[in-house]
Amino acid sequence: MNRFLWPLIGFVVLVVLLAVGLNLNPRDVPSPLVGKPAPAFSLARLDAPEQKFSPQEMLGKAWLLNVWASWCVSCRQEHPLLVELAKRQSVPLIGLNYKEVRGDGAIDSSRLDAAAEKRMTIERAGGWLARHGDPYALSVLDIDGRVGIDYGVYGVPETYVIDKAGIIRMKHTGPVTADILSGKILPLLAELNR
Amino acid sequence: MNRWLLIVFLALTGVAGSSLQAREAALLAADEATEKRLVAISSELRCLVCQNESLSGSNAELANDLRREIRSLIRDGRSDAEIMEFMVSRYGDFVRYRPPLKGTTVLLWFGPGLLFVAALGALLLHLRRRERTLRDQRPLNADETRRAEALLHDPDAPPRP
Repeated sequence: MNRFLWPLIGFVVLVVLLAVGLNLNPRDVPSPLVGKPAPAFSLARLDAPEQKFSPQEMLGKAWLLNVWASWCVSCRQEHPLLVELAKRQSVPLIGLNYKEVRGDGAIDSSRLDAAAEKRMTIERAGGWLARHGDPYALSVLDIDGRVGIDYGVYGVPETYVIDKAGIIRMKHTGPVTADILSGKILPLLAELNR
Repeated sequence: MNRWLLIVFLALTGVAGSSLQAREAALLAADEATEKRLVAISSELRCLVCQNESLSGSNAELANDLRREIRSLIRDGRSDAEIMEFMVSRYGDFVRYRPPLKGTTVLLWFGPGLLFVAALGALLLHLRRRERTLRDQRPLNADETRRAEALLHDPDAPPRP
């Protein structure tokens, strides 16, 4: 009896460890930015490219920052949910259009000058929102992805919950699902707005 | 050795055909010291997109951007530690292939050693116990040997287990 007990215990422990390990999502890298102030930026707006937007304008409000691009397939997956959210809730949702032209492998952006790239970005991003619906209060253009780096973006779409003081309270990498929205993001926003 | 690394690096970074490769090669020729430091630093960093590749070996878009960012930090005269801090503050300790020693990483650093020591201890314990049981077995005396022989040669004896 005793002879088999310890190997059995060892085996069960191993199986449990493997089961836990296999169920972890390696994409889910904890962001060091949670609990830190949202990095400042000042970027051109998609709807009014001559105007800039910066996160300081959102101080006093809890809001969502959603990183998206028209070439991003998973963005299409979460998009209807965001459109729905924009319709029924009064959560300010800001879009960060991430590397609209450069991120698209089909385009050789090295042949474009800055003005042409910006024009193309606006055309593509605007067209995509016109087709799929625009849930954003406004979107800003991160043409070269520099702001994305400051926010630690590594897989579009990403969604940040930012509180009234401008502190990042949560980051979600990958498409937002109904479960995550109603189970995590909305309760957190309700708490932040209290 | 370093030259080989550079050649491998350049070969690996040729993502969008020759244009990028040519660009990287031109950069290397223009500023060898910077590029060498870039390779040294980015070999220590994980590419977040293809997580088992280093930043220096990865072809991912983001890896390109981050190499560009590190390159400009080097040109700004930042130290290696500052560049590491730049990356860690954005992507967390996960980007480092050699994570720092702190509360949450103690098990990561010493777990394997601990496991090894435990296994070694268990093995020694087992060997010592076995040695003791072997030592306690004395040889059969004459009487017992005779009985054993008789049993072995007795056709009516029950079959041996």
